[in-house]
Amino acid sequence: MAEITYREALKQGLREEMLRDERVFLLGEDIGLNWGGAFKVTKDLAEEFGEDRVRDTPISENTIAGAAVGAAITGMVPVAEIMFGDLITLAMDQVCNQAAKMRYMFGGQTSVPLVIRTVFGGGKNLASHHSQSLESWFMHTPGLKVAVPAFASDVKGLIKTAIRDPDPVLFAEHKLVYDRKEEVPDDEYLIPFGQAKIRREGADVTLWGTFLMVHKALEVAEELQKEGISVEVIDPRTLVPLDTKTLIESVKKTGRLVLVTEETKTGATTAEVAAIVQEEAFDWLDAPIKRVNAPDTPVPFSPPLEQYFIPDNKRIAQAVRDIV
Amino acid sequence: MAVGKKTLKELFSRTLKIRLFEEKVWDLFGENIVPGTLHLYLGQEAVAAGVTTALKKSDWIQSSHRGHGHVVAKGADMNAALAELLGKKTGSCKGKGGSMHITQLDVGVLGATGVVASGLPIAVGAALSCQMRKTDDVVVCFFGDGASNNGTFGESLNMSAIWKLPLVWIVENNFYAMGTPITMTCPSSTVAQRAEAYCIPSKVVDGNNAVEVYEATIEAVKRAREGGGPTLIECQTYRMKGHSRFDPAKYRPKEEVDYWLSEEKDAVNVIQKIAIEQGAITEKDADKIREKLQKAVDKAGEFAKNSDFPEPEEALDDVYAEAI
Repeated sequence: MAEITYREALKQGLREEMLRDERVFLLGEDIGLNWGGAFKVTKDLAEEFGEDRVRDTPISENTIAGAAVGAAITGMVPVAEIMFGDLITLAMDQVCNQAAKMRYMFGGQTSVPLVIRTVFGGGKNLASHHSQSLESWFMHTPGLKVAVPAFASDVKGLIKTAIRDPDPVLFAEHKLVYDRKEEVPDDEYLIPFGQAKIRREGADVTLWGTFLMVHKALEVAEELQKEGISVEVIDPRTLVPLDTKTLIESVKKTGRLVLVTEETKTGATTAEVAAIVQEEAFDWLDAPIKRVNAPDTPVPFSPPLEQYFIPDNKRIAQAVRDIV
Repeated sequence: MAVGKKTLKELFSRTLKIRLFEEKVWDLFGENIVPGTLHLYLGQEAVAAGVTTALKKSDWIQSSHRGHGHVVAKGADMNAALAELLGKKTGSCKGKGGSMHITQLDVGVLGATGVVASGLPIAVGAALSCQMRKTDDVVVCFFGDGASNNGTFGESLNMSAIWKLPLVWIVENNFYAMGTPITMTCPSSTVAQRAEAYCIPSKVVDGNNAVEVYEATIEAVKRAREGGGPTLIECQTYRMKGHSRFDPAKYRPKEEVDYWLSEEKDAVNVIQKIAIEQGAITEKDADKIREKLQKAVDKAGEFAKNSDFPEPEEALDDVYAEAI
């Protein structure tokens, strides 16, 4: 075990898979020699594996994603990087109409074993085109799997699983967790999709969230402990498949649920999860399910505006207190 | 280049096969048993026949929304193809795809697609895969004049050129994008001129003449296989019918229709005449070939009609490799 950053853990996972399977290759804008990825995730990999397998591309998101599709159905295992999650709008046809549907509309004739890596989230004052959290769009697209790792120890095992998965995976990362450190096993390990992780056990309220919000939820749980409120924190790790079992069991134990993500509220993953819980565990709920999300606006630029936009510990804590 | 007799016979046979297949589709449509819409390949047969005759079995083709001809020409099972058009369980896509997604991967068809211009990025990826896996296979991408106005055209031609991919771009210029004439949407007199901006050699050929298409493709495929990169071939041709099933195509000027749909310009007549003049076949051979193909097409029609529809709950299959 070594304490390393989320970024380093992710790179280790990519590197191990490239060493294991020569069909695995990376493509994307500025991922290679000169830059190593906008967030430095692929730094030094071009030096190690060559520019063929760590392939810089023109600024052509739809063709980057489409090239990944074409390569995937003819024997390669591409990992395409879309530099910012917001830019995946330019590749939606290939991700959602082609990659996601090919197995289905061709009657099971082919697998589409590709990974699209991208990064969501605000907090860096990058304004409306470089800060969004769009994971619900992909959760809403049958045929895609969606990973949302929040911790260094998860990101490595999940990227390895994503690369080995026969289906297309939207592998979402978060800008503000790249530098977070955690103990990560040195040996190879895989984390199966569809298994949530209980990050903290508690008895009074279940707090479910993704990405940076899991980290905030843990801070809030610590704080509320002092007030005598025991909070259980669940990180789903993947949205598709979604581990509803762990969540439902937790809700049956606590009777209360707060959902927190950085997405704008309407149509967010939190809405879907709330609907599932009320369908499956209504009788166990002692209070209404609370959602903590960003407001329904574009992501603003100016620091005070952006800080207002992103859910903070105070809002999360208040949501918990409201239903206890 | 002299085209051998065997090849001329094959070009005739392949052109005719597509014609008879599409006439059968038209008949079935008349019986009102083809669900949804249809984009018939009638009139453009010489393009698919000429191109695919220049390929080997392991080469790939990427089809478009007007894909029946491509798939049949590449060697797809006609029973399964017709059954697919009728939405039957025995269809090549188990009734999940229909006319716009008619596909048979094991004969080298990467897919037909309902989104105009979405095949180009996929062809880039497949060609990249052929290059990276060090096969000598090439990829041919069929698309229409309309697709050349989409962003993926620029992205994909560019990427194919910088990476010198083993790829042949086939523009089927039938002069109309649905009902919009190319003169309204393209400032140059040919689509081929656009290739020059990407340093891709190009050629304009008579798309109703299978020999011309074949000769241009042979040259382009040779360049691609030898590592010389992509070529663009503009095949000028014409739809015998409207854009889709209910389009009478009233927007096309009479003189233009009379020219393109004349006896002398007809794709089957053109290749039949050449093949007979060159001594590749006799009139009698032509009749025999026609009779044999008609029998196979009729048999396929019966197979399709007599096949069962899928069970309704089969709608749930093939979304993922394993149900989640």
